[in-house]
Amino acid sequence: MSQLAVTVIGPDRPGIIADVTEALAGTGVNLEDSTMTLLRGHFAMMIVCSGPYDEVKSALEPLRGELVITVRRMGPEHEHAPIGAPYMLSVHGADRPGIVATVTRMIASAGGTITDLATRLSGELYVLTAEVELPPRAELAMLNRALEITAEELGVGVTLRPAESDDL
Amino acid sequence: MTVAELISGWSPSLLGVDGDILEVVRAPHPVLATEGATVDPLDPAMLKLAADLVATMRVSPGCVGLAAPQVGVAAQMFALDVTSHPKARICHGVFVLCNAEVVEATRQEKGREGCMSVPDFTGDVKRATRLTVTGTLPGTTDSVSITTDAFEARALQHEIDHCNGKLFLDQVAGAHAIYPRKVYK
Repeated sequence: MSQLAVTVIGPDRPGIIADVTEALAGTGVNLEDSTMTLLRGHFAMMIVCSGPYDEVKSALEPLRGELVITVRRMGPEHEHAPIGAPYMLSVHGADRPGIVATVTRMIASAGGTITDLATRLSGELYVLTAEVELPPRAELAMLNRALEITAEELGVGVTLRPAESDDL
Repeated sequence: MTVAELISGWSPSLLGVDGDILEVVRAPHPVLATEGATVDPLDPAMLKLAADLVATMRVSPGCVGLAAPQVGVAAQMFALDVTSHPKARICHGVFVLCNAEVVEATRQEKGREGCMSVPDFTGDVKRATRLTVTGTLPGTTDSVSITTDAFEARALQHEIDHCNGKLFLDQVAGAHAIYPRKVYK
């Protein structure tokens, strides 16, 4: 039994998740973390699960064609140790090449790491939202200023705000 | 006597019994998904439970509220204390409420919550920031009506949800609104 990464992408239609997860359930696979979403007209699934590689691969075989499916064995799992406080990053503006690359490079340069990111394009409007962790040593004021300058150059708006949770 | 005076005049010492520190249960424990029974606020067993909730809340770092299901008892009772929390505005200090119900809830705002019973996740939940609830203080018989705002309102709704067998996981604001908890040094 090894940890597997299963990716599925294909034209959206009702029942894709049910078809894929039923096939997986038939092999006794245990779904662990997954994310599934609609990317324009394509439905995309990324699943990390533990189960028997060969059986998983053959169980998904009948779904190939319409769906592009990959199954890979994963190395040992690395625990993600948060490096600092969580922030929400929002970017929006007119679409142009390089927005994601430029903004994420700035986060990386400040020693930050991105744990979740999504982008959406609707007409001319480009929207990026990301969960970011910044190390305690990060110069927040400087990063904010740098993001502002970059945003101006790109012609987009950028907001970085704390996403701390409250214990109740 | 106003409600504020009534509650500020109330103190855990009036319960007349020392609270014990109880173990906090974690999801997926079934009690957390069970609707709590209505309680008799004069029942000595309930006074003891109230004292236990306060004692357990007191020793849990950062804890501003604790509901009976979180200590394994499916009952309509919770302890609350948002004193000196930076996001609190109106604050009624420490109190325990039995059989609480939301009467009015307005001005929803999204905020990220964590819970001792769900230690590995946080989630974005919309909650009313203006809130009126009714309930009974343990050891008394009259219903009180509490009107509050901001963080105390959020905390009250979180605890009342617990009493009804609901977790913040049941109320999250979207499919991507649950996050691994960030614990960092």
